[in-house]
Amino acid sequence: MSDLNQQMAAKYQNNFLREIEEQAEMGEWVKMCMQCGLCSGSCPTNFHAGWDHPPQELFMMIRAGKRDEVLKSNSMWMCTSCYNCYVRCPRKVPVTHVMHGLAEYAYRIGQSPKNQPTQHLSKTFWDNATKTGRVNEVKLTQSLYFKDGIGSGIKKAMEMQAVALGLVKAGRLNPLEAVGIAHKCKDIKGIHAMLAKANELEAQHKAEKAKA
Amino acid sequence: MAETKTAAYICKGCDIDKRVDVAALVKTATKSGKMNLVREHDFLCSAAGVAMIQNDIDNEGVTHAALCACSRRAKTEAFNFPNTAISRGNLREGVIWIRPDTDAARETTQEMAEDYVRMACAEVKAMTVPGGNPNTGTVKTLLVVGGGMSGMTSALEASKAGYKVVLVEKTGALGGWAAKLYRRVPTREPFKAPEDNGVTDLVARIEADSNIKVYLSATIAKTDGAPGRFKVEIAIESGAVANEDIGAIIQATGFTLYDANKLPELGYGKSPNVVDQAGLEALAIAAAAAGRPICRPSDGQPVNKVVFVQCAGQRDSSGTHLPYCSGFCCNTSIKQAMYFKDSNPDIDTVVLFTDLRTPGNGEDFYRAAQNKGVIFSKGVVSDVSAAGNACSVKFKDLILNEEVNTQADLVVLATGMVPTSGPDLDQLSEANRVAEGGDPAAKQHVVELMSKSVLNLTYRQGPDVPQFKHGFNDSHFICFPYETRRTAMYNAGPVRRPMDIAQSQEDATGAAMKAIQAMENAGLGRAAHPRAGDLSFPTVRLEGCTQCKRCTVECPFGAIDEDEKRFPLFNESRCRRCGTCMGACPVRVISFENYSVNTVGSQIKSVEVPDEFSEKPRILILACENDAYPALDMAGMNRHEYDPFVRVIPIRCLGSVNTIWITDALNGGYDGVMLMGCKHGEEYQCHFVKGSELGRYRLSKVGDTLKGMNLETERVMDLEVAITDMATLPQKINDYAALIKSFPPSPFKGF
Repeated sequence: MSDLNQQMAAKYQNNFLREIEEQAEMGEWVKMCMQCGLCSGSCPTNFHAGWDHPPQELFMMIRAGKRDEVLKSNSMWMCTSCYNCYVRCPRKVPVTHVMHGLAEYAYRIGQSPKNQPTQHLSKTFWDNATKTGRVNEVKLTQSLYFKDGIGSGIKKAMEMQAVALGLVKAGRLNPLEAVGIAHKCKDIKGIHAMLAKANELEAQHKAEKAKA
Repeated sequence: MAETKTAAYICKGCDIDKRVDVAALVKTATKSGKMNLVREHDFLCSAAGVAMIQNDIDNEGVTHAALCACSRRAKTEAFNFPNTAISRGNLREGVIWIRPDTDAARETTQEMAEDYVRMACAEVKAMTVPGGNPNTGTVKTLLVVGGGMSGMTSALEASKAGYKVVLVEKTGALGGWAAKLYRRVPTREPFKAPEDNGVTDLVARIEADSNIKVYLSATIAKTDGAPGRFKVEIAIESGAVANEDIGAIIQATGFTLYDANKLPELGYGKSPNVVDQAGLEALAIAAAAAGRPICRPSDGQPVNKVVFVQCAGQRDSSGTHLPYCSGFCCNTSIKQAMYFKDSNPDIDTVVLFTDLRTPGNGEDFYRAAQNKGVIFSKGVVSDVSAAGNACSVKFKDLILNEEVNTQADLVVLATGMVPTSGPDLDQLSEANRVAEGGDPAAKQHVVELMSKSVLNLTYRQGPDVPQFKHGFNDSHFICFPYETRRTAMYNAGPVRRPMDIAQSQEDATGAAMKAIQAMENAGLGRAAHPRAGDLSFPTVRLEGCTQCKRCTVECPFGAIDEDEKRFPLFNESRCRRCGTCMGACPVRVISFENYSVNTVGSQIKSVEVPDEFSEKPRILILACENDAYPALDMAGMNRHEYDPFVRVIPIRCLGSVNTIWITDALNGGYDGVMLMGCKHGEEYQCHFVKGSELGRYRLSKVGDTLKGMNLETERVMDLEVAITDMATLPQKINDYAALIKSFPPSPFKGF
């Protein structure tokens, strides 16, 4: 993966803005930001506490060519996709989508922050859901709880014990899912074929972009 | 002229008769008003009512009529009797509409109405019919000084309206700054790319226009006279002198760019690769002529990166450079960045700004530049240094909060506009004062200042129009943008405030229309804005004059010169009829036919002042007719009630208030005097620019008079009133009335 990173860095030299425009989905919008800060002001996640950089600052850093800082930033992973910024941007920049595009690109070239919870959840969710066409909730939760090791996993599981039991009693959670007996999609083959085709198209699209 | 016959007319319409005893008003007009003829009418402003008055004028020989009906601001068309002196008693907006319809209020309402009838009768007897300015000039040729975008537009617009124009341009060609532009900021949809500067087209239209006479390489050597009859001497470079008769003048002398040599820290002068915006336009024109892209001036190599430094020497709070924003430079830098991006998208263009300000449709243009890949960074440049063919730009990135160094082939400084407005008159008069000592250096200073003069007026008040902030010519930003403090002289373009081409052209059109109005009014012997159409003019009783020169100094419009015997010499055509001279005159020898110390003074004296035991104080309100009086009328229209013990007299301007009115009122037993005038100072709203300020200065001395009379100084109150104060004004009047009631009654009652 890191060779893809080096490849891209070499290809675009110091022009990180162009790299983002050509490689990241919706990256062409970064240049249209006029630094009013309405996106940051509208963000409900209190990014001051957890975000490395608010959106408009991230856009400015892209223009200033701060490649490593941007790609390794946790900002685009902190977005909850509430679309407040998207709705309010006076320049009609699809801020939410740009954040997703940046996250995807950083992940693709192996530069995204390691062990970042949202990233971890996204990956696990995808693998989990695409396997049977349905989410295996027990396994998904397990994977998330035990992300940082056995100790913290058990601790978290104990904390959430009451909630889990409540869900089981109400018939919302099947404990047997833990051993793989889970509800499935009727036509798993069809789903897999569909996903394979989508992956193929996506790869093709990205290859074309990379070539351009 | 036939002998004087006075008449009073009392209207019963609009419920006046239901609220007050009209029979008693008729008696008041006859007995106290001493009118020769008194009539009442059910509906005075109707055709029948007007016909009744006209009949009295034609057949009964009425020469003076007091119309007691509604405000003088209402029904002006119906009550238009040009050859008769007319006063108005404001029974509607001034009395019944501001008083409650209750039995308890009936007595004071009736007293108020009777006083307004007395005042209208007293006023009209002190008036004569305005005859119009005898000193008219009927020249209808417009002089436009400056052949740039503003000047050319003014000339063309005036010509289109059918007027002759003389256009004087200092340089050898028309076009001004716009002619030096490679392209201009777009003026029409979709506002996405620079467009042709448009100068060739305008020049061709000027040259083809038979109404417009152009003097190139020429300046104004002397401007003498008054609106409608200016005598202008035009000095041409060849040494010839042309004389033109002129009706009105538009000064469109534009601007120069702030001298970038004053910005050594931004590298100007250290490297040929640091240019100002005009420098870049020159490079672009040279490149286009040679059919190549813009090159680095130092070695003629291609440019790979350009940095634009916004606000260079502008918006400076340290007092070293220009303190203001020039408003055009952000759009210009965007346009210039496009010169590069349009020729080669690979050229890096970075605009370093603190606030990007793109007036007009500049927002679309800004967006287009972003789309073309121009980088906009919020940052303050601290240093530009040049090494060989490269420049190093040091700036603080305000978003990322860090110091950054960037390299560039070319640096463009966005310096601002400095108006070409001529010498500052205050500086000049101070220089003249110093030079009276005979010091050669001081005399040289006067000569230097005078060499900058644009109009070379022979006015006593100085050779040019007065300036206001930052050396721009004085003109009210919102209310009367083209007016100067000299009648029939108008500003257009960046000489009055920083602006771009599109704004200048709008300005030029507006100024041309105002100048045409001024010429037409001057020809008819009438005043220009804001008393447009007024036929009264100031006369002075010279035998009483003490030559104190207050009138000549205070006149906001430079209308009064001095004759060879040092008496004031009125130039009626230059006069705006504000009455500031009348208010200033300590011996009260200046008056207008229908507005004088006596017309107001006799109204003040005609009010019946009850004795000290009646608990009915009297408060005089002198209200400026431009804002305060309309605000009071509007308060009436909205039925906002106020105190019944006030008596309101409209005045032309606070500047026309003669302190004798205040002393007369207080001596006559009034308990308080309230003065209502427009805001003055930096954000003035005075329609006569300086009138309210001068009036207030004069009235600030009134405290001593009050102390001398053993009266509380609060008995005279000065209130700034704008038209928007309509809803709050009644409360202010009531508060003041409550204050006055808390004092013992005036000891002067009954004398």
